Amino acid sequence: MSTIVFAGVQRVFALPARRVVALEAFDLAVAEKEFVAIVGPSGCGKTTCLRLAAGFDFPTSGEVLVGGRRVMGPGPDRAVVFQHFALFPWKNVHDNIALGLRNAGIPAAERERRIAAALRLMNLEGAERAFPHQLSGGMQQRVAIARATVLEPAVLLMDEPFGALDAQTRVVMQEELVRLARVAPRTVLFITHSVEEAIYLADRVVVMTPSPGRIDEIIAVKALREKEGWDGLAKIEEVMDQPSFIRLRTHIWRRLREAQARSE
Amino acid sequence: MPDRKGFVPPALALGLGLAGLALFFGIWEGCGALGLVSATFLPGPGAVFADLARLVTQPYAGATLPADLAASLHRYAMGVLLAALVGLPLGLAMGWFRLLDAVITPIFDGLRFVPPIAWVPFAALWFGTGIGGPVLIIFTGAFPPVLIGTYRGARMIDPALIEAARMLGTPHRRVLTEILLPGAVPSIVAGLRVAAGLGWQSLIGAELIVVSSGVGYMMVQAEAAGATETVMAGIVAVGLVGSAIDVALRAAERAVRRRYGAGGGR
Repeated sequence: MSTIVFAGVQRVFALPARRVVALEAFDLAVAEKEFVAIVGPSGCGKTTCLRLAAGFDFPTSGEVLVGGRRVMGPGPDRAVVFQHFALFPWKNVHDNIALGLRNAGIPAAERERRIAAALRLMNLEGAERAFPHQLSGGMQQRVAIARATVLEPAVLLMDEPFGALDAQTRVVMQEELVRLARVAPRTVLFITHSVEEAIYLADRVVVMTPSPGRIDEIIAVKALREKEGWDGLAKIEEVMDQPSFIRLRTHIWRRLREAQARSE
Repeated sequence: MPDRKGFVPPALALGLGLAGLALFFGIWEGCGALGLVSATFLPGPGAVFADLARLVTQPYAGATLPADLAASLHRYAMGVLLAALVGLPLGLAMGWFRLLDAVITPIFDGLRFVPPIAWVPFAALWFGTGIGGPVLIIFTGAFPPVLIGTYRGARMIDPALIEAARMLGTPHRRVLTEILLPGAVPSIVAGLRVAAGLGWQSLIGAELIVVSSGVGYMMVQAEAAGATETVMAGIVAVGLVGSAIDVALRAAERAVRRRYGAGGGR
C-alpha cells in the first residue's frame, strides 16, 4: 500500500518574534500510484507538506500516514528528490546511487543489476564514474531521481526538483518524468510553484494559498487529460497549446490571484 | 582581500621580502659588530650559522644536530598522530551525536586553554624520562585544533546532504565515515595544519624539561655551558624545520581543497 494521507495536519513554527502557521487544517489523501502536484506561491506551506511526509519535520497536530503507518522519521520507503539535488560531491554517480541499496543490505550482484537498470532508465549510461560537479544540472537531477527510484520506494517525494534547472533542461526533464510515470507508475507527491508544470505532470493538482498555508482547491486533471487526449501528444508545447490546458491554467492563476488579493 | 591597501606585484613582493631579511640580519650582525652588545649576550648571525654548520657533523651533548632533530621528529610524529587518531573520530562523533557533544564540549572547553607546557610536571611524574611525557605534551598542543577542525567541518556540512543520507537509510557509522568525514575534509586539513604547528612548538617546550635527547635538550645543555651561539643555532633549526613542515602541509591542504573543496559544488 503506497498511499500518503494528511489528516487534519497543522504545523506551527514558533519563531522568537511571532507564530507562523505554515499549515492549517490540511487534509489530503494521495492514492496508490497517483501523481499529485502541490502548487502555490512561496510561503504557502507546500514544502512543509513534503518535509512532513519525508519525516524531516513533524506536525504540531494531526497526523501524516504513509502506507497506513504514521511517519516517525526519514526512511528509504519515502525517497526524496531535492531541489538542489543533494548529491554527495565526493561520490561518483554509481556510488551515489549505490548508497541506499548498500544501506538496505542488497547483495552486490543484485545491487549492480538494479543500478544498471536505473542508469538505463534515466539515460545516464556512460556517466557512472563521473563526479556530480562534472555533470550538468539536468544530469545531476537525473542521478538524484535514479538514486531515489532505485530503492523502489513506496512513495516518491519531489521538492521543486526542476526549479534549479534552466528552462530548456526543465522541459526535457518534465517530458522525461511523464515518460517515467507511464513506464513505471508510482505514488508521487510533487511540489512546484509552476502552474504549467503541475497541470502537465499531475493526476491531481492541489492549489495552496499562504498565511496560513491551506488548500484552496483540488483539481482532478487526469480525467480532463484523458478526455482531451493530451497523452497522445509527444511534446509539452503541444499540450500547453490545447484550449483545455489553457483554460485550466487560467483558472488556477485566477484562484492564486484572488487568494493573494484576500491576504493583502 | 579587497580591503587590504596597496598593490604589490609578485616580483616586487619577493624583492621586498629579501630586503626585509637582509635588513633583519644586518641589524642583528650590526649589534655585535658595533660593540652594542657582547657576543655572548647576542651571538651574531655569522657565528650562529657557523655553529649550525658545525653541529651538522660534530656531536654536541652526545649527538649531532641531525640526530637530535630525528629524535625530536620521532616524538613529534607520535604526538601529532595520537592527536589525529583521537581527535578525528571524536570530532566526527561529536558533530553527529548531540549527547556526546553536550558531554564532551564543556570538558574540552575547560581544558583547551591550558598551555601544553603547564602539563610538564605531570608529564614528568607520570612518564619519567620515557617517551610518554613529551608525547603527552605534544598531544595537548595538537589535539584541540584537530578536534575543533573536525567538529566544525562535520557541523558545517550542507544540511540537505545529511537529510539525503537519512532518507537513504544510512546507518550512523556509515554517516560518520562516508558523509561527515569526506564532507569535513577541508576543515580537518586546516585543523591538522594548525595542530602540526602547535605540536612542534609544544615539543620544543617539552624537550627543554623532560628528555635527554632532541633539539630542545641540546639547547638546554648549551645554555648551561654558556654556549649561546649553539642555543641560537637550535632556535634557527627549530624555526627552519617548523617552516618546512608548514610548507609541506600547505601544499597538502591545497591539493585536498582542490579535490574536496572547490570541486565539490552540489
